Amino acid sequence: MKQSITLGKVSKFMGLGFLSTLKNLFTGKLSKEDFRAFLRKTIVPIASILLFLGIWHMGAKALYNVEADFKINKALEERGQAAADEEAACIASGDSTCQPNSLPSPAQVWGSFKSLLRDHGIISADKAAFKEKTAALNAKRVAKGEEPIVYTGRPSFVDQIIRSLKTVFAGFLLALFIAVPLGIFIGLSPTLKAAFNWFIQIFKPVSPVVWYLLVFMIVKTLLIDSSEDSSFTISFISVGLCSMWATLVNTAMGVSSVDKDYINVAKVLKLGTFQKIFKVILPSSLPLIFTGLKITLSVAWMVLIAIELLAQSPGLGLFVWEEFQNGANDSNAKIIVAMFVIGIIGFLLDRLMLFIQNSVSFVKTDAI
Amino acid sequence: MAYLELNNVHKTYIEGGEEVLSNINLSIEEGEFVAIVGFTGSGKTTLVNLINGLLEPTRGEVLFKGQPVVGTSHERGVIFQNYSLLPWLTVEQNVLMAVKEAFPKKSKAELKSIVADYVDMVKLTPAINKRPKELSGGMRQRVAVARALAMKPEMIIMDEPLGALDALTRGDLQDEILNIWGKDKRTALLITNDVDEGIYMADRIIPLRPGPKATLGPEFKIDLERPRDKTEMNDNPSYKKTRNAIIEYLMDIGNERKAEALTPIELPDLAPKSFVGQL
Ligand SMILES: Nc1ncnc2c1ncn2[C@@H]1O[C@H](COP(=O)(O)OP(=O)(O)O)[C@@H](O)[C@H]1O
Ligand SMILES: [Mg+2]
Repeated sequence: MKQSITLGKVSKFMGLGFLSTLKNLFTGKLSKEDFRAFLRKTIVPIASILLFLGIWHMGAKALYNVEADFKINKALEERGQAAADEEAACIASGDSTCQPNSLPSPAQVWGSFKSLLRDHGIISADKAAFKEKTAALNAKRVAKGEEPIVYTGRPSFVDQIIRSLKTVFAGFLLALFIAVPLGIFIGLSPTLKAAFNWFIQIFKPVSPVVWYLLVFMIVKTLLIDSSEDSSFTISFISVGLCSMWATLVNTAMGVSSVDKDYINVAKVLKLGTFQKIFKVILPSSLPLIFTGLKITLSVAWMVLIAIELLAQSPGLGLFVWEEFQNGANDSNAKIIVAMFVIGIIGFLLDRLMLFIQNSVSFVKTDAI
Repeated sequence: MAYLELNNVHKTYIEGGEEVLSNINLSIEEGEFVAIVGFTGSGKTTLVNLINGLLEPTRGEVLFKGQPVVGTSHERGVIFQNYSLLPWLTVEQNVLMAVKEAFPKKSKAELKSIVADYVDMVKLTPAINKRPKELSGGMRQRVAVARALAMKPEMIIMDEPLGALDALTRGDLQDEILNIWGKDKRTALLITNDVDEGIYMADRIIPLRPGPKATLGPEFKIDLERPRDKTEMNDNPSYKKTRNAIIEYLMDIGNERKAEALTPIELPDLAPKSFVGQL
């Protein structure tokens, strides 16, 4: 009993309230009044997902046919009836060499997803074997003060997801550590606000590509002596600089618009500056700061893909780009898999922020 | 020299704008309980903030124990009109924050015991770990009372402290405040919009004539023995007389205000402003 209450609370907390409705359905605790809510929260989303998949499937099929007809016609025009028949037969046989290449169907995407996971399994096994094989040698090398041999094989899809998450968190932390303190100072001092306002207004709308180039110019020079791969450094700094503006603006706004009543309390109690900032101003601006951080995290995740691609930094962005360049017959399906993974991770990151916000802030914010 | 003195105080919020308070003169003796009654928007909060040091007069002077008031001071405790509790702190933390500032040398344990005493005094011990939004209006106001009093101020300044409460809770808290005030004979200034509350609690009642250009009206002395009893008071002839006089006075200014609002524009010579100043 106690556990079920916690589940309800936690899922509601994270904006996943439908989970508890679903659970009530299975435990038979659903009352009649809840039924409408259940329909709305569970059946409707499921129905809309099915509808979406249906439309997608039909659309993909139509595009496939257009492409197939075009191929057959082209064969007919260029090489005659025999070639056209051969082409049609080849397409019908499902041979991968002559498949029309268009929007993949849901089934193809699901197949690619499974094959990516299989691929991950193979690569991890490979890595484990490599580690075992080189363990003794590496121990010797380390003992001699030499660099250990590392696995340099192709990263799997999952490795790339993890790498992307690392980049985005590093970027997010950078944004947090720059934007929150700076926002507090700007919010507290009208002079600083005047000094920084033009700066914020000009740099806020700058595109991720330009940020990347700017960071690239600077970091490349700073790390000129280092032989290490700087793509990670460049991409996380670019992500951070690109995404920090929402937090900066929101923090400054929160700090400068603290309720007059709270400021009066601070004055009447004669709180010192430190106490005033940490006990009154910050707690009261926390909801706005978190709104900013949430936007920052979602912007960071969104621009990450573009920046990884530019920086040639391994991750989902590079994965998408390489698949696009690759042009293999399942590349399109893999790109769509990446799209869903990106979307779902973005959604989960947003919920994670909401969870953190609700656990530290005195105002509860509902999920949208 | 009085304990608190306001001499010819004027207050304008916007430079060059209309005066909210105009020529306020007030003096309060040590240990006195003074109530100021007035309509909403007449400038009561403005007056309170001039006394507690949150605002500065545009002209004139505010003297506390002979010294001009500059900024806020722990000697003057304030109970705000809208509680002003910090919503992210519990009852205990809200009070502790004030006590810590008032007695910086005391140990954590001593501070906590002071907090516990005052929270107990306002009968909130069971709710000590709750946050303001979990409390009723009456309970919140009690926390505000505890917070102000726990700092042991020499003077308590209360801005319509009970305005938002129901009659029963209001009566309860009136007694609690009187109790505390009586215990160590502090000086108190109560702002209220309830004449009966003023009569029950104060030694003197002074009406604030509605702003703009609000001024203080004539004072009414309340010569009733303490502790006062509400039911007995109702039969006391001197109470009845005072009460009627104050209400009549307030109704007069109320009517004047209405007349002012209703005065047709084509009759500017009837504008009551000129004779407001003479009263
Ligand atoms: N900070 C401010 N700036 C400008 N005008 C104000 C400010 N505070 C109050 N006033 C004006 O002063 C007048 C008196 O307000 P206030 O002192 O709050 O009245 P009360 O407390 O009696 O209801 C009102 O007309 C109000 O609009
Ligand atoms: Mg007021």
